[in-house]
Amino acid sequence: MNLTDDMATAHDHADHGPAKGLKRWLFTTNHKDIGTLYLLLSLTMFFVAGIMALVVRIELFEPGKVWVTPEFFNQMTTLHGLIMVFGVIMPAMAGFANWMIPMMVGAPDMALPRLNNWSFWLLPFAFLLLSLPLLRELVGMASHLIGLNLFAGAGAAPDYGWTFYAPLSTTYGPDSTDYMIFAIHMMGISSILAAINIVVTIFNMRAPGMTWMRLPMFVWGWLVTAFLLLAVMPVLAGCVTMMLMDRHFHTAFFEAAGGGDPILFQHIFWFFGHPEVYILILPGFGIISEVVQTFSRKRLFGYSFMVAATITIAFLGYIVWMHHMFTTGAPYAAQLFFMYATMLIAVPTGVKVFNWVTTIFKGELTFETPMLFALGFLVMFTIGGFSGVMLAIAPADYQYRGSYFVVAHFHYVLVSGSLFAIFAGVYFWLPKWTGHMYNETLGKWHFWLSAISMNLTFFPMHFVGLAGMPRRIPDYALQFTNFNQIATVGAVIFGLSQLLFLAIVIRSCQKHKAGVNEHLPDNVWDGGRSLEWTRLPTPVPYHTFETVPEIGPNDTH
Amino acid sequence: MFQWTQKWVFALLSCLGMQNALAESTVNMPYGVTRMSHDIYNLHMITFYICCGIGVVVFSVLFYSIYKYRRSRGAKAANFHEHPGVEIIWTLIPFLILVGLAIPATIVLKDIHNTNESDLIIKITGYQWKWKYEYLDQGISFFSNLATPQIQIDDPQKTKNEWFLLEVDNPMVIPVHKKVKILLTSNDVIHDWWLPAFGVKQDAIPGYINENWIQVDTPGIYRGQCGELCGAYHGFMPIVVQVVPEEEFEQWVAAHMLNKTAVSNGRKAT
Repeated sequence: MNLTDDMATAHDHADHGPAKGLKRWLFTTNHKDIGTLYLLLSLTMFFVAGIMALVVRIELFEPGKVWVTPEFFNQMTTLHGLIMVFGVIMPAMAGFANWMIPMMVGAPDMALPRLNNWSFWLLPFAFLLLSLPLLRELVGMASHLIGLNLFAGAGAAPDYGWTFYAPLSTTYGPDSTDYMIFAIHMMGISSILAAINIVVTIFNMRAPGMTWMRLPMFVWGWLVTAFLLLAVMPVLAGCVTMMLMDRHFHTAFFEAAGGGDPILFQHIFWFFGHPEVYILILPGFGIISEVVQTFSRKRLFGYSFMVAATITIAFLGYIVWMHHMFTTGAPYAAQLFFMYATMLIAVPTGVKVFNWVTTIFKGELTFETPMLFALGFLVMFTIGGFSGVMLAIAPADYQYRGSYFVVAHFHYVLVSGSLFAIFAGVYFWLPKWTGHMYNETLGKWHFWLSAISMNLTFFPMHFVGLAGMPRRIPDYALQFTNFNQIATVGAVIFGLSQLLFLAIVIRSCQKHKAGVNEHLPDNVWDGGRSLEWTRLPTPVPYHTFETVPEIGPNDTH
Repeated sequence: MFQWTQKWVFALLSCLGMQNALAESTVNMPYGVTRMSHDIYNLHMITFYICCGIGVVVFSVLFYSIYKYRRSRGAKAANFHEHPGVEIIWTLIPFLILVGLAIPATIVLKDIHNTNESDLIIKITGYQWKWKYEYLDQGISFFSNLATPQIQIDDPQKTKNEWFLLEVDNPMVIPVHKKVKILLTSNDVIHDWWLPAFGVKQDAIPGYINENWIQVDTPGIYRGQCGELCGAYHGFMPIVVQVVPEEEFEQWVAAHMLNKTAVSNGRKAT
C-alpha cells in the first residue's frame, strides 16, 4: 500500500463517522463502540447483581427470618454470583480489551470486527434468559398483590449456588435450570469468540516493531486470559450439556442411582472454575501494572518476570482444580498433589506483588483516583492472597471449606481485586476516551467510601467463618449476630457509594456527547508509556491508527 | 521415624505459643477437643502468622514508598527497572517458606486419612434436611432433626433459645477417648458433616461412602452444621454430638436396645 492510498482511506473514514441512533450500536463493528457496549452491560448488571447482594445482606442482618424465604434467599445468592462473575467482571474486562488492545498494539481495529459485534450481542440475551425465571417470579408476586395470579406454579429461579452442584441442580433442580443452561451456553459462545478475536488481534495486528517483549502488560494479561478462556469455556459448555442430558434425556452422568457420579460434576465444573478465577483477575493484573507504572513515572519493574509470572499463574491454574474438593473424599495422594500445586501459585503471585511494590519504590508518585484504586488493590488483593495460602493448606481447608472464610477470601480477590482493577481502569482511561476529566474529588470519595465499606463488609466474614458459620445459609446461630450486622451495614454503604461512580461516569459521557473540549494533553497523566498516550490525541478519534505506526525502542512499555 | 517427626514438628509449633491463644472466641477457629482439631488449629495459626510476617514486610515497603516518594515532596523518579538477582531471591524465599509449611500439612493430612483401628463405627446419612445416625455394631439407628421451634425462626420478635438453630431432638452420642470411625453418605443431594470442635468436615455424597474419624478427650456437647448447600433448608440441619464417659455410653446403648426391643415387641403384639 502506498502513502496516497493510505491517506485516501483515512479521509474516507473521517467522512463517515459513527452512524446515528440505535443502528450505530446494533450494527457497529468499531472496537471502541463494542468496548463501550461491554462496559455499559457490565455497569447495568453490576447494579442488578448488587441489589441481589443487598437482599442477601439485609436478610442476614439478624437471626430469624427478616424478610425473604429461604428459597428466595438461595435464588439471590445464586444469581448474584452468576451475574457478578459472567455479567459484570468478564464483560468489563472484555470492554477494556476491545477499547485498549487495538490501540496498545497499534492496530486500527480488532482482527474480526463482525465476530466482535456478535460476541457482544449474544450477552444481553444470555442474561435476559438467565434472569427470566426471576422476572417471572417477581411479576407473579406483584400480580398476586393486585389479585391476579400470573405465572402461578411456574417454579423458582436457579437456587443452588453459582457452582450449581449436581444432583441439587439436576435431579433436584427447579425447571428454570434449563434457562440457566442455555444462558451459560450463550455466554460461553460469546467468551470463546471474544477470546479468538483477541488472540488473533494480538498475534497478527501488532504494528511493525511492536515485538512480544514490547507489549504492554495489559495486552499480555489478556493474551494469557484468552488462552485460558479457549481452554475452559468448552469444558463448562460440556458440563451444562451433561446436566441437560441428565435432566431430559435419561442419561445419568451425575446421578448415582443410575450409575453416575456426582463428584464427576465437581471435577468438570472446577476444571473450568479454577482457571475462571484467573480469567477474572489476570486482565486486572494488567490494568494495575499500567496504572502503577504511570503514576510512579517509572518503568514497570521486572517486566520480563511479570510476563513469566502471568504465564506461570495460568499454567498452574489448570492443575489445581481439586483444591475445591478436598472434603469430597479425595485420596491422600491426590490431595497432596493439589495442595502442593496450589501453594506454588503463591510464588508467581508474590513475584507480581513484589514487582509492583518495587515499581512504586523510588518513583514520583501522585495519587489521583486510578492510583488510589491500584494501591487499594495492592493491599487488599494481597490480603485475599494470604487467605488463599491458608486455604491451600489441605488439613486447615477441611475447616475453612464451605464457611464464610471462603466467602471473605474470594470477595477480597474479586471485589478489592478484579472490581477495584476495573475502577482503576475506568478512571485511568475515561479522560482519554471522552476528553473530559472526571471530578477528582468525587472520584476520591468513591475510592475511600468503597475501600472502607468493602473492608467493613468482608473482613468480619473471616471471623464468623472461622468460628463456624457455613456460607449460603439464610439464618444463623446467635453468636454470629454482631459481625453479620457490621457486614450488612458495610454492604449498604458499599452499594450506595457505587451511585457516585455511576454519576461520575454519566457526567463524563454527557460532556463527551455535548462535545465539550477541555484540551486535555495527549498523555493525560504525564506518565503513560503505551501507544494510546504517546501516539494518539485526547479524546481518541473514532478511528485510530489508520496509518500503521512504526514502533521503536523508545515506545517500550 | 514418622511418629517422631510428627511429635517434633508439633512440639515446635506448640512452643511458639500459638496453642489456645484465641480458643473459644468467636473470631477464630476453635482450638477444639481432639488431637486433629489441635493439629489443624496449629497449622492454621502458623500459616496465619507467616502471612502476617510477609504482610508486615511488603506493606512496610509499600507505605514507606507512598509516604516518601511523592511528587508533592519533590521526589524524582529513579531509573532502575530490572534486577534478576532480586527476582530470584523473592521467588526462592517464598518457595522455601511454602516447603516449610507443606511438611506439617502433609503429616496432618495423613493423620486425617488414618481411620484404622476404630472402636466404634457410625454411619451418617444426609437427608434433605436432617441427619440419620446408625451405630452399625450396636444396631442402633435414629434421625436427628432441628429442635428449634419454627416460630422462633419466623417471628423476629420471639425470644430465641440459647442454641437457636444449633439444637436437635436426638444428638449423636459417643464415648470419650474412643476412636470413632464415621462413614458418610447421602440419601439425596450432597451434604457435609461439619463439627468445628472436632476438626472434622467430610462430604456426604450419594453413591459414595466417605470416611473420617473422631477421638474426643473431653466430655461435653458439641455443635456443628451442614457445610454444603443442600437446598432451601441447608441452614436448618444442625449436628449435635454428646460425648459421654464410657459407662454412660453403655447405658445409653442399653436403653436404646431396650427401647427398640419394646418397640418391636409392641409391633408383634398388635
